[in-house]
Amino acid sequence: MRTRRPYNQRPNYFSGVATLVWLLIIGVPLYALISAALQTQSSYAQEGPLSLPTHLTFSNVTSVIQSGFVGYIGNTILVSAASVALVLAMCVPISYAVVRGTGWITRGVFRIFLLGLAIPAQAVIIPLFLIINQLGLYDTLWGVILPTAAFSMPVSVLVISGGMREISGELYEAMALDGASPRKVLMDMVVPLSRSSIATAGVFAALQAWNGFLFPLIMTQSDSTKLTTLGLYNFVSTYSDDVPALLAAVLMSAVPILVVYLFARRALVAGLMGAGGK
Amino acid sequence: MTSLTGDRPSHRAGAGPEIRRAAPGKGRPGVGWAVPGLLFFGLFALLPMAGVVYLSLTSWNGITAPQFTGWHNWSRFLGDHQMVQSTLVTGVLLVGNIAVQAPISILLGVWSAGRQRNRAVLSAIFFLPLLLSTAATAVMWRQLLDPNFGLPSKMSWLFLGDQNMLGTQAGAIVCLIAVTSWQFIPFHTLLYQGAARNVPATLYQAAELDGAGRVRQFWSITLPQLRNTVVTSTTFMVVGGLTAFDVVLLLTNGGPGTDTAILPFQMYQTAFVTYDYGYASAVATFLLLLATGASLLLVRLTGYHKMNSTLEGL
Repeated sequence: MRTRRPYNQRPNYFSGVATLVWLLIIGVPLYALISAALQTQSSYAQEGPLSLPTHLTFSNVTSVIQSGFVGYIGNTILVSAASVALVLAMCVPISYAVVRGTGWITRGVFRIFLLGLAIPAQAVIIPLFLIINQLGLYDTLWGVILPTAAFSMPVSVLVISGGMREISGELYEAMALDGASPRKVLMDMVVPLSRSSIATAGVFAALQAWNGFLFPLIMTQSDSTKLTTLGLYNFVSTYSDDVPALLAAVLMSAVPILVVYLFARRALVAGLMGAGGK
Repeated sequence: MTSLTGDRPSHRAGAGPEIRRAAPGKGRPGVGWAVPGLLFFGLFALLPMAGVVYLSLTSWNGITAPQFTGWHNWSRFLGDHQMVQSTLVTGVLLVGNIAVQAPISILLGVWSAGRQRNRAVLSAIFFLPLLLSTAATAVMWRQLLDPNFGLPSKMSWLFLGDQNMLGTQAGAIVCLIAVTSWQFIPFHTLLYQGAARNVPATLYQAAELDGAGRVRQFWSITLPQLRNTVVTSTTFMVVGGLTAFDVVLLLTNGGPGTDTAILPFQMYQTAFVTYDYGYASAVATFLLLLATGASLLLVRLTGYHKMNSTLEGL
């Protein structure tokens, strides 16, 4: 894990130039976003997005807050947390059964989720809409949480079972000799030893929920169940002539995850990194 | 849950170590552990999958009961020029996205796997687009690409004088690929960074001794070692690309005209704007076939289903 690539002695000019270009590609739009969000409408119209903002203003942020945007962010946090909890509560036992279970049924379970990886949420949205309606969950946050969690499951099962496969059979053997029940083996050994892949699945599920656009668009309609992504979509028409306010909303939508990034960067990055498998 | 296997030993202290051999299957979880999750996944993913295939054989407006119409939607689909065009645009976007994102992510990922200080700092910056949701990214770029107030008005040298990038089909496709890449390259970079750090250093040391240069090492060691990650990352790109509907809705709204109306966008419009659920289900089923076919192909091509390890033979 902690291996270090041997450094070549020659300086790598290609990578130097390429990363500088990439820095501009990433940095310039982000600068424009921040600078526009803090400008007045008239100064944005005159100076454009790349100017040094001369009149810093927080009026855009205030106006976005007054529109109820913070409530949307709260809903999104709720949906993300609930779907992560659901995904982990189901995928840890599934992966355990897949990795340690015997027989063709458990192998079949793994294949189902491998196949499920390819199901685009788009493709099944019409029957799903019907099911959510039948369950009486239309226009509730549960109507978004349940399908969001379901569609995070294939990746989570793949990632978590990948992590559990790394645990050596001898450890299981030792626990079995002590007469430990499957439940005890799972809680005392498997979960602690595969916590990094469980964290990866959690981060991935959270990001899916955070990014989700289709489920909120189809499953909800009122203001009280609105999520951030949908709020932004509606702002495009509400603030069609007030670009700085719209961009302030874009900026604010990233604040919660930015806070996570600042305080738990290592965990977040390591979590995402694990999604690639070994 | 313990009752699922139910063979907890009644006395554990009595027997000596030699005869205490764990029976095969003992202490192993039964398939029951997977049942709650399977039921959940079945209800919200597998059942709808069957449902959409059935609905594609019906005519349904969402109010009265669906009418079985056999292959009607499918023959209509095959003769629909708009759908042919949508399929082509979907394909172009998919291939374009992979062609742009895969090489850049691999290079950036391998580069950022180095543990130099400046690389760590720059990587932290390169990660930032991932903090924005797809919707936020699309809304931001829509404003930044605005011909009158956005970047083109200030940087006309970069936009080749064509200030209204979203006004032509080619321009809109380029923008869609650029915006999607801008947002998702950081994610794929992370996947490759993690994988590149797991490449055993001994391989590079051996190559160094053999006098292999940096480029040679990349092609002969790094890239082959990353093959599982290439599959995972490409699968994410394919499934993501086939469902990239939010970017289209927010950035181009399918325009100019219906020039960038990719299949998921057409499906959405047919179902939830014109309430032709039967025909929309046929489009959705086609999408499902495309996605399943593409991912099966990827899995077959690479033997991913066998869960091979790149570390074999070391």
